[in-house]
Amino acid sequence: MPEAMTATRELTLGEAVREAIAEEMRRDSRVFMCGEDIAEAGTVFKVLTGLVEEFGKDRVLDTPISEAGFTGIAVGAAMTGMRPIVDIMFGDFSTLVMDQMVNQAAKVHYMSGGKWKVPMVMRATLGATRRSAAQHSQSLHAWFCHIPGLKVVLPSTPYDAKGLLKTAIRDDNPVVFFEDKMMYKLKGPVPAEDYTIPFGVADVKRVGSDITIVATSSMVQVALGAAKLLEEYDISAEVIDPRTVWPLDEKTLIESAKKTSRVIVVDEGYGRYGVTAEIASVIAEGAFFNLEAPVKRIGAMHVPIPFSPPLEDATVPTEQSVFETAKALCG
Amino acid sequence: MTTAVDRSKTQSEIEAQQWRHMYRRMVMIRLFEEQVNDLYTRALMPGLAHLYIGEEAVAVGVCEGLNPTDYITSTHRGHGHCLAKGAALDRMFAELLGKEAGYCKGKGGSMHIADPDTGNLGANAIVGGSAGIATGAAFSAKRLGTGQVAVCFFGDGALGQGLLYEVMNMAALWKLPVIYVCENNLYNEYTHNSETIAGDMLTRAAGFGIEGKSVDGQDVRAVYATAKEIIQRVRSGAGPAFLVCQTYRFLGHHVGDVSREYYRSKQEEQTWKTERDPITLHGDWLVKEKLADRAQLDGIQKEVKTEVDKAVQFATAAPYPSPDKVDQDVYA
Repeated sequence: MPEAMTATRELTLGEAVREAIAEEMRRDSRVFMCGEDIAEAGTVFKVLTGLVEEFGKDRVLDTPISEAGFTGIAVGAAMTGMRPIVDIMFGDFSTLVMDQMVNQAAKVHYMSGGKWKVPMVMRATLGATRRSAAQHSQSLHAWFCHIPGLKVVLPSTPYDAKGLLKTAIRDDNPVVFFEDKMMYKLKGPVPAEDYTIPFGVADVKRVGSDITIVATSSMVQVALGAAKLLEEYDISAEVIDPRTVWPLDEKTLIESAKKTSRVIVVDEGYGRYGVTAEIASVIAEGAFFNLEAPVKRIGAMHVPIPFSPPLEDATVPTEQSVFETAKALCG
Repeated sequence: MTTAVDRSKTQSEIEAQQWRHMYRRMVMIRLFEEQVNDLYTRALMPGLAHLYIGEEAVAVGVCEGLNPTDYITSTHRGHGHCLAKGAALDRMFAELLGKEAGYCKGKGGSMHIADPDTGNLGANAIVGGSAGIATGAAFSAKRLGTGQVAVCFFGDGALGQGLLYEVMNMAALWKLPVIYVCENNLYNEYTHNSETIAGDMLTRAAGFGIEGKSVDGQDVRAVYATAKEIIQRVRSGAGPAFLVCQTYRFLGHHVGDVSREYYRSKQEEQTWKTERDPITLHGDWLVKEKLADRAQLDGIQKEVKTEVDKAVQFATAAPYPSPDKVDQDVYA
């Protein structure tokens, strides 16, 4: 965070998201929100509480349970002068909006030879361990990273969430913004001043020299916890958060890998063909001759997310699993 | 009194001009599509081509009732909609041939013609895929108070898509100025819709409290009259409308679909072509009503043929986009 920003308060990630939306809605009358139970209910996670009082039901628009429909309406509205923010309650429901995001929103600008634009944001949640089982717990952000025309944002702190969301709302492209539902209560410093964070700029969350841990979303906290555990073994871990998985700040990742020569990539999505695979490949290509060991990947176990707490807990990366992997890599 | 008579004469002359204009537009679409068929079968056109021949009265009748700034969304069978909304022949052909001068710089092709200048939000190759976009455009028009309406063209095949019903529900709830125009050409690709559509088409709209109408889609005057009335009502804030145009696809699903006997008879096709051709029907009416004579109609055909030929020449001679343009326009 820039040091010049002094008037800083502690906000939760949920509050930071709400503040970003409120500020952008005040700034630009074309911005509106639509989704299920977002108005008086303020979403199931209460992230948007209070917005309807300030902006009214026309701009904080409760929709029927029709994810494809209201996402499609948002695409058309974005093309014709509005700047919609679509709320997809659980990222698992991404399956329902895929045609609208992948075949419509992502392609309209290209297919029209650059004539129509789709300035919209799709907000969704990700993350397991809420005991919500297989259809309310997945982290499906990698799907969107696969598609040219979309940008994909994964904030890990309240500060990043606010700055990145404001950038997303001002972007002229469809942006998919994933919030980890387990992080809404996470507190962190957020300046009172208006600020934005550019896409494609990774953030070094912790400087280190022996190993690089690239982590996304809530896995940043996991990586920072593991880094602390590693300190006791005199292993200095650098933790890097790409913040946007597309565009991806390949340069920062590769430079850190060259410096430390050992890399672990942690992401809560499935590993197979996932974000960890892509980042590991980028680092292997960019820093191969500086690496002491193959890049390690840690993601969700390749099973549907189970309900039973001990089973579910076994599927997600933890401080301990990251710590052990790092220790073995540095041993 | 004299003034009134003059005004009435002027009015009828304006109408006559409009009817002739619709004839010309339908001929333009027909000749455009015949040219596409020719280019395609001579392997001069890449990709796919879904021809609109036989359905011209629908696009022309509806678009004639729209303002230039009104929005449309179109389908994989979309050349007719684009031309009826005002697209230029030369840039249409250029796009179909994948040329830089095309409406989408060659990046969209036959199934994705889009043009903000004529309110064309884009043809869409996902069946029913543009229902959200059209409804969203109507949402903007209402929010921004522009007075525009949006027309969503789709075929009877799209009645199988859930998206359509989701957005119709919201359009009704929020009284959006959108008109869902179902072109019922009886076939979902190679399957008669008696095998794919249960119940009645119009009651689908009625279920949402949306007023639905059915019209003879081969009669351009009927389409125009009905569309005009609906557009006026929708523009005034009455909420969405649903219009089923009963029509027929004279040719195959796509240009290569030539052996069609396994899904429909030659006799059925022949009957539609000889008895229900929208251009013949309208031409005969113009002559009968003495609004045009045969020579005039032949003149229109000739003029349009010249325009089409010129447009093809333009598109054929136009350069392809340079390969370094391939990764431009991915992001705005």
